[in-house]
Amino acid sequence: MRYLPLTHADRSAMLSAIGVDSIDDLYQDVPDEVRLAEPPDLPHHKGEMEVEGILRGLADKSVSPASVPTFIGAGAYRHHIPATVDHLIQRSEFLTAYTPYQPEISQGTLQALFEFQTQVALITGMDVANASMYDGATSCAEAALMACRITRRDKIVMAGSVHPHYREVTETTVKFTDLTVTASPADADGAEDLLALVDDDTACVVVQNPSFFGHIADLRPLAEACHAKKALLIVVVTEVVSLGAVMSPGAMGADIVVGEGQSIGVPASFGGPYVGLLATRDKYVRQLPGRLCGETVDQDGKRGFVLTLSAREQHIRREKATSNICTNAGLCSLAFTIHMALLGGKGFKQLAQLNHARAVQLSDRLAGVGGVDVVNASFFNEFTVRLSKPAAEVVEALAARNILAGVPVSRLLPDAGLDDLMLVAATELNSEQDIDALSGGLAEVLS
Amino acid sequence: MSNVKYSKDHEWIAMDGDVGTIGITEYAQEQLGDVVFVELPDVGREISKGDDFAVVESVKAASEIYAPVSGEIVEANEALNDNPALINESAMGDGWIVKVKLSDTGELDDLMDAGAYQEMLKELE
Amino acid sequence: MMNKQGRPTQPAAGDGSAPATTYTGNRGLDMEEPLLFEMGQDETTGVDLPDAPETASKLGGLERNGDIGLPGVSEPRVLRHFVRLSRNNYAIDSGLYPLGSCTMKHNPRLNEKTARLPGLGDLHPMQPTSTVQGALELMDSLAHWLKTMTGMPAVALSPGAGAHGELCGLMAIRAAHDAAGSSRSRVLVPESAHGTNPATAAMCGYSVDAIAADDRGRVDLKAFEAKLDDDVAGIMLTNPNTCGLFENDVVRIADALHEAGGYFYCDGANFNAIMGRVRPGDLGVDAMHLNLHKTFSTPHGGGGPGSGPVVFSEALAPFAPVPYVVHGENGFELVEAEGDDGQTFGRLKGFHGQMGMFIRALTYMLSHGADGLRQAAEDSVLSANYILARVQDVMSPAFDGPCMHECLIDDTFLADTGVTTLDFAKAMIDEGYHPMTMYFPLVVHGAMLIEPTESESKESLDLFADTLRFLTEKAKQGDTARFEQAPMLAPRRRLDETAAARKPKLRWRPPEPARAAE
Repeated sequence: MRYLPLTHADRSAMLSAIGVDSIDDLYQDVPDEVRLAEPPDLPHHKGEMEVEGILRGLADKSVSPASVPTFIGAGAYRHHIPATVDHLIQRSEFLTAYTPYQPEISQGTLQALFEFQTQVALITGMDVANASMYDGATSCAEAALMACRITRRDKIVMAGSVHPHYREVTETTVKFTDLTVTASPADADGAEDLLALVDDDTACVVVQNPSFFGHIADLRPLAEACHAKKALLIVVVTEVVSLGAVMSPGAMGADIVVGEGQSIGVPASFGGPYVGLLATRDKYVRQLPGRLCGETVDQDGKRGFVLTLSAREQHIRREKATSNICTNAGLCSLAFTIHMALLGGKGFKQLAQLNHARAVQLSDRLAGVGGVDVVNASFFNEFTVRLSKPAAEVVEALAARNILAGVPVSRLLPDAGLDDLMLVAATELNSEQDIDALSGGLAEVLS
Repeated sequence: MSNVKYSKDHEWIAMDGDVGTIGITEYAQEQLGDVVFVELPDVGREISKGDDFAVVESVKAASEIYAPVSGEIVEANEALNDNPALINESAMGDGWIVKVKLSDTGELDDLMDAGAYQEMLKELE
Repeated sequence: MMNKQGRPTQPAAGDGSAPATTYTGNRGLDMEEPLLFEMGQDETTGVDLPDAPETASKLGGLERNGDIGLPGVSEPRVLRHFVRLSRNNYAIDSGLYPLGSCTMKHNPRLNEKTARLPGLGDLHPMQPTSTVQGALELMDSLAHWLKTMTGMPAVALSPGAGAHGELCGLMAIRAAHDAAGSSRSRVLVPESAHGTNPATAAMCGYSVDAIAADDRGRVDLKAFEAKLDDDVAGIMLTNPNTCGLFENDVVRIADALHEAGGYFYCDGANFNAIMGRVRPGDLGVDAMHLNLHKTFSTPHGGGGPGSGPVVFSEALAPFAPVPYVVHGENGFELVEAEGDDGQTFGRLKGFHGQMGMFIRALTYMLSHGADGLRQAAEDSVLSANYILARVQDVMSPAFDGPCMHECLIDDTFLADTGVTTLDFAKAMIDEGYHPMTMYFPLVVHGAMLIEPTESESKESLDLFADTLRFLTEKAKQGDTARFEQAPMLAPRRRLDETAAARKPKLRWRPPEPARAAE
């Protein structure tokens, strides 16, 4: 077996050095009745060519979005990833290092984390960010828990603008605690009265901007209303590229910003691994979950970085920790950092403009297709259309025509009575020919 | 400091009228190492004997501070916010944590005097 | 005519030592590298994007104005920046990484290749399921392997890492008790447990009741039995445990627990030692997470991402989270939300889980096969015991008898040397090793937990053991400077963690004069 360096002779020599006759002697603590004489009934080892062939076979059974016009978003977005990103994250020193528990020999990971935290703080308009969570949805749940700790209140309010998965994960996370989630019905039209959401018991109001349905809202009045009631405003951003064009949550008065960072540097990968962003104000830093990297100096006075404020975390605080999270999204946060470094301020804004312009082109075209109504007055790179036929059927019919059209809202909200709605997203990867294909396909399917 | 009493959780309390100043002992600060943060309670909070009302954090540990007596917190040592090292430098002095107006001074009788506390430390070693 | 010009081809005689300082601060290949924010200029960028077509703005009048503060850096400079940073990291690919409890084994590059195949790595999670049949088949195959290896009937793939898997398992336990109308408040957790265990139990509304270890490093059976009653929701037990030992009373513990109506959560962080030799299902386990990023070789990536699928017993399977893959009439289907009759405790993560890790883990398992996985487990156990055998006469093993895939040393052998476990670990850095896990588990004084994994050759294990012996000898000889000042040869010396925590500096900010001018 190519991955196992020990030879039969090595194994024999090692067993004698240990002073036992066989490997079974080393498993002496395992009760006899549960020892397996043979490995479980599964195939035997295979060479690299054969395994690669099997995986290629599986890959061939799916439709690669790169091969057809694709307009699917709903919380994960296809973007171009510069070749440099994937090259660098496959450097052995990044790929095969553990969590930087020994800072003297982990400065590469640590400095990159410090840069990641800074980038996230800058784009969200916040003071500080942590070193990542599993994904945007879990980050949202952790932010809600954090707000309850800070305000010492137990009511989490979620607006109808929030991605259903984010709401469901938050509901599940607090399911067995004293905390409650009050969620508004899905707000497809972007018409919800946000100011009505906050009352004297509210720990936090969670809103998404741009919303799950694509609408962009001015959250400043809501922030004021929250702060007047001593509640926190949590703003969710599932498409971080929007932060290059839309006023930042920090500028609107957010107390905690939750983001899905996948759009920058991380492939869609059928839903994971992604990178959850979590940023806040300086005064709340000790309530942040997860790892934080901080600057310090070494014994010779040289600048260096360490994991810090660890007394918040499970390995020290155990059952009183701010979260149970340990492993986070390390390498995905590195991919984010590298991609963002390549973009820079100028490139990030250009990318956002390009996404928005493509989406505006798309909405202009779809608005002219019979049976399609564009719901949104405002959006970034994704918006909602109302179709004259059930969206799920339309999506299937277009998939059969080799067009990955969008996401039927009913897939994420099966009981909301929104079967005629579809989310469509456009990014820099969509060409004008793609837009032609979708508008043509929709015209055919809806006629 | 004859009016100073000690708890088995290594807190001290020094009485002035019915107000007691509470901190952690020299022994406790040594065990914790460099203190990096103190989570102080809100002034006005009522605490009962045995409640954890503050947290003292070092790089490698976080220690809950348990109320040696019951009462109302009348002052918290805000100087610790800027300079948590006060606890290391002066655990029994400038590094005090809170002042509490006792609701039952009789609870002091359950605490140790300096001699008894020193005896307890000897047994720990 | 001899050419006397050109370079000399032999070094000069003498024993010149390195200059104390250099102009750049670099020392040969050891490069100092500024932060991204200390380089670059606004008009520069490392990408060339097409111009955006002219359109109206539909941003609702909420445009972002002003400078974001991200530096502009060209592609070559970005590449060089991260290459230079990477050189300051230790990694499995550069040397033995004996970090106990972390299973730092070889990460095959075939896994990286397959994870990037078009049709796998680039699939969108919200594509119609008719267009992602290969991906669902892959998830189904992975589930089959995990269930068969563990002898458990069900698996939830979605948890994002080990701690998330623990949460998944404990929530299923809580949901099962709630469904049965059984209200229980405590979870038993051994003192030696990972910190994630008590943190997880607390998130499920349980209080944590610690069980002591006996003098053999196992759960004290009497202490366990004394605490067991009908208020106990379950136990969270790591097996092999964090002392690197198999809990030989595990079946009795499970039986007694089940008798009392509790469920057995097994922390599967150490499954590497027993895969193919023991099936947790046979031990009476009700739920167990598997760390795909430990046991099944998906790379740690400097702290993640991980993946923590949870296998379930029949009793807990109905409460597993969504989503999951089922075999439908037209192929594979994805259940993303259960109807009202379902018993799922809900959703733990956006979309369907860490697919990128599933691809890598399945690639790894197909490569090894059942026979290779069993051999890997055996080799990991053999290697740990070999190191123990090679050092036990000079160091101090914490417990007698053979260990599993990691061996635990306490600091008795350093008594009176003035050298601490921390010092010893830092001295290993100067020898070119990543230190072992230190000061964990908490039940052993000055713990050093050594996990060599199955990926090391005998030569590599011998050199490592010889290095441990050498350092032990130096410590006992009183060569304390070697330890107290260590590391001296790493990119950084010991860092001031106290200063970092007292005045946290968690992001870069412009220097003061520039801020004053803003």
